[in-house]
Amino acid sequence: MNYIIIGNSASGVAAIEAIRKYDEKSQVTVISDESYTSYSRPLISYLLGKKVTPKMMPYREINFYKDNQVKLVLNSKITKLDLSKKEVVLMDKQKIHFNKLLIAVGGKPINLRIPGSELNGIFTFSKLDDVGEIERYIKTNKVKKAVVVGGGLIGLKTTEALIELKIKVTIVELADRILSSSLDKKASNIIEEALKKKDCKLITNNSIKKIKEKNNKTKEVILKNQKRISTDLIIVAIGVKPNMELVKNTPININKGILVDKFMQTNVKNVYAAGDCCEAKDLISMKSRPIAIWPVAVQQGKIAGFNMAGVKREYQGSFIMNSIELCTIPIISVGESCSDKDDCQILEHFDCKKTIYKKVVLKNNKIIGGIFVNNIERAGLYTGLIRNKIDILNFKEHLLEEEFGLINLPKFYRKNIL
Amino acid sequence: MKKILIEEEYCIGCRLCEIYCLVQHSKSKNIIKAYKEEYPKPVSRIIVEEKEYTSFALQCRHCEEAPCLEACITGAMYLDKNTGAVLYNEDKCVGCWMCIMVCPFGIILRNIENKKVASKCDLCMGEEMPVCVKNCPNEAIIWGEKE
Repeated sequence: MNYIIIGNSASGVAAIEAIRKYDEKSQVTVISDESYTSYSRPLISYLLGKKVTPKMMPYREINFYKDNQVKLVLNSKITKLDLSKKEVVLMDKQKIHFNKLLIAVGGKPINLRIPGSELNGIFTFSKLDDVGEIERYIKTNKVKKAVVVGGGLIGLKTTEALIELKIKVTIVELADRILSSSLDKKASNIIEEALKKKDCKLITNNSIKKIKEKNNKTKEVILKNQKRISTDLIIVAIGVKPNMELVKNTPININKGILVDKFMQTNVKNVYAAGDCCEAKDLISMKSRPIAIWPVAVQQGKIAGFNMAGVKREYQGSFIMNSIELCTIPIISVGESCSDKDDCQILEHFDCKKTIYKKVVLKNNKIIGGIFVNNIERAGLYTGLIRNKIDILNFKEHLLEEEFGLINLPKFYRKNIL
Repeated sequence: MKKILIEEEYCIGCRLCEIYCLVQHSKSKNIIKAYKEEYPKPVSRIIVEEKEYTSFALQCRHCEEAPCLEACITGAMYLDKNTGAVLYNEDKCVGCWMCIMVCPFGIILRNIENKKVASKCDLCMGEEMPVCVKNCPNEAIIWGEKE
């Protein structure tokens, strides 16, 4: 049996571990277009901001590939996926045959498509290589000012890193607030205030129309409202979409991401997909959609690995959630945290002095979302209640109490999970 | 594998487990020093929940399919293959709190003083049994196999 795993991040590593749990002998080959062994992708902003050293980057122990007898093919782009012959063709024309294939190629950052977006000094930020490139650019051009396009997770973590490097940042965000997909106005406001205290400028309800070169180093960003910002560096963080380049022109079904069944298998037998490149069952909407977060990538990679090794396991589905610390403020958001539809009820606790905000969104007596700012203790309890679709009617009034815990839950549920 | 089992019917809420846990995970392992002198202050890895006549001591369940393991972005959380325990490597933790977000028991705690390290039960590796179990006066937490 020959397994090939394309991609060497969260899903790929989880798949290796899952396959090796049940199959110690077969050949496992991992192909990656990056030149590194697996690293912690979310840490690249920490590395840029010098909060961690390069030593912290590896996601697994140094002997991981050796111990798991994995053949690593790094720095190698795949030029063709030949599903009828069951082989992948590498850049150097080398062909590798597989019996089972996992596509775990992740997401691709969306680029700006406006006049001037081809100029230098404009970067997306999603790979370890980007850290080096941005660092070099900052050093050679003595960057003092930056514009970050997009106030989402990546945009904000990059902003924080740039601030650490003593660079003055202006964020340009299309929505009326930062982190608009996971935080409501109250929560994002707490972070916005903290950013302003760090001398970070925030422009909302706006977008970039044009980028003009002023001189070698400095550029001018022209916004929708004609406002002009002079900058030395531009970071584009307007989103990530599933990377489907490899499956283009193949019979593999796609929608917004690669489509898979509950065993993480695509419509082509023995070809699996996992992680940010594919869609997943959303347990709240019960629809299939890309959920590009680390835990989902790991779960899917694991399930794919088990099934590839012949151990039938179903993927249960998940939902969007994120945990991030910005300006030393911890924030957790889970599920449909911003839903304000008529059939939803919102419970909240807001302490503006301590900038503590806790909120849960209810629908039909079940929690479907939550936001926790500055007091994130035990946030996972709510995640569990969402996942297990527990009826909260009998303990609703305790949900946001400081002392809320398993003790408030129905005894049968508590006994069952403990 | 052996686990810490919770018997809420027998818990009297004395919180001795919390004290023993904190001292066990202090540098000095001396109760006075642990409470008065150490920085960052050691944290008990146990939460005692209490409401009316019910109480119980809760610590990491060392789940077989641990959500915290899946969510950990740095690889700080890891599975100890020999014991099945879910352990963590303090040096690798960056305090992203993904583990706190996904733990359905809400049992992973932040050490607010040193900020960057989530503290969790390590089953008192090296001891014959976890100190919370050993020192529970009413067998409300026991060391055994789950049925």
